Amino acid sequence: MDVIEIRNLHKRYGTTTAVDDVSFTVGAGEVFGILGPNGAGKTTTVECLTGLRTPDRGELRVLGLDPRRDRDELRQRVGVQLQESRLPDRQTVGEAMELYRSFYRRPADGGRLLEMLGLADKRDTQYRRLSGGQKQRLAIALALVGSPAVAVLDELTTGLDPQARRDTWDLVEHVRDSGVTVVLVTHFMDEAERLCDRLALIDSGRVAAIDTPAGLVARVGAQQRVRFRPSVPLDERLLTDLPEVADLQHHGEQVVVTGTGTVLQAVTSVLALHHVVAHDLRVEQASLDDAYITLTGRRTA
Amino acid sequence: MNALYRLTVAETRLFLRDPISVLFGVLFPALLLLGLGSIPALREPADEFGGVPFVEAWAPAALALGLGILALQQIPVAVATYRERGVLRRMSTTPVHPGAMLAAQLLVALAAAVVAGALVLVSAWLVLDVPLPRQPLAFAASFVAGFGALLAVGVLVAAVAPSLRLATGLSTLAYVVAMFAGGVFLPAFLLPDALVRLSAYVPPGVQGLLRTWSGAAADAGTDPPLLLQVGIMAALAVVVGAAAARLFRWE
Repeated sequence: MDVIEIRNLHKRYGTTTAVDDVSFTVGAGEVFGILGPNGAGKTTTVECLTGLRTPDRGELRVLGLDPRRDRDELRQRVGVQLQESRLPDRQTVGEAMELYRSFYRRPADGGRLLEMLGLADKRDTQYRRLSGGQKQRLAIALALVGSPAVAVLDELTTGLDPQARRDTWDLVEHVRDSGVTVVLVTHFMDEAERLCDRLALIDSGRVAAIDTPAGLVARVGAQQRVRFRPSVPLDERLLTDLPEVADLQHHGEQVVVTGTGTVLQAVTSVLALHHVVAHDLRVEQASLDDAYITLTGRRTA
Repeated sequence: MNALYRLTVAETRLFLRDPISVLFGVLFPALLLLGLGSIPALREPADEFGGVPFVEAWAPAALALGLGILALQQIPVAVATYRERGVLRRMSTTPVHPGAMLAAQLLVALAAAVVAGALVLVSAWLVLDVPLPRQPLAFAASFVAGFGALLAVGVLVAAVAPSLRLATGLSTLAYVVAMFAGGVFLPAFLLPDALVRLSAYVPPGVQGLLRTWSGAAADAGTDPPLLLQVGIMAALAVVVGAAAARLFRWE
């Protein structure tokens, strides 16, 4: 069953078109990523989705509700963590939790939520004394406090240190495992690759591609690159004659062989046969980064 | 209703945790009056003040200084901070409208103003021998209407200021203008007539407070009728408040 359906969403501010034409669906229990460069229209899309903005055109359905007409009901059932929304400095974690619980018909168990997010011992700590990671975890807790069916998490790990990012990812997986459909807005490839079941790649207000992370990578080709430094000068033809090898280039002492399928095995067995040792041998596969650059024609952040 | 109650409890806690707002908004008027009252000459009846001591004639002005801090400093800065930091934006993703958070803040400011007023009345009565208000109901009406008008101006500042910095600057300007034009900084006999006449209509309406409090100090001959003063304060509160509500931006 589709939990979210967006068809031909269009939204402009004055003369700037923030979202030109965006359509996608999200199934129940999925972690769906919205990926794209800054200013691509990601945040506007989720703002329309959560009823914070009224789109100019297009059809939106979330849990069978219209975000414009059924705003009240939608807010009961969709939890949102927005980028750059903070809490009052002197409010404690426990107070914020209790306050936000009182807004919902079916509030989650606040204590258990704080436990799950590793904030149980911060209950009496004021917001201004929390670290960046703790603030972000509290934001997630508040997005989940109404026992939502859908959680929208925008730029979850921006500004966090690497450890805090990984902890936050574990948390999102935990949320998914508890049956909540997650919409994740991000501009980080590693985050999208690790967490998302499917991704919509948005560029300049349009959907460039929708697929699984692996599917997106496959679209830009299954090519592999093998890099190594041969121990003795190498006769190029030994490698270029191989059917698996598509291209061979020299970068100083380094040889870069590009090919498909079992190119690595083919190259290493030829080298072994001729008693050539491959120093610093490295294999590079096309990554989501490559897919992103190919599909949007841009460098990543 | 439950959400508004919870929000008011939360905002009250936050207010009490901020030592500056408690000191200047709530305690300051009484402390200032007691400080001035420690000077013996200011406790003697004086002709310039219609035969009552300075502390009695000036007590409403001390109260106005505190009310101004609550309505024209505390509120605009708190609201602008909530907007700039996305506190209101986060609220707007929940089933509760961020307006409930503003309502809670206004309730807390009103409660703080009532406490500040009570502290001034009681300390002036107990320590400085200033009688309690002669017309308690009229005094309460002047107080509520006057503070309501001040609050409306404070929310208007918060509504139109695009940033926290500008809100802080504008609210300080509004404070100084209201206090000066309201005749708070100087006793009435030192001010030009035009300003004295104007000051009756500048929130929070110090003259109205004075007349209903101490009577003796009021120059009944030149003062406009009390009902008109209170009515104008109430009208200001409604008109300015409506303008603020229209212009208000949640983010």
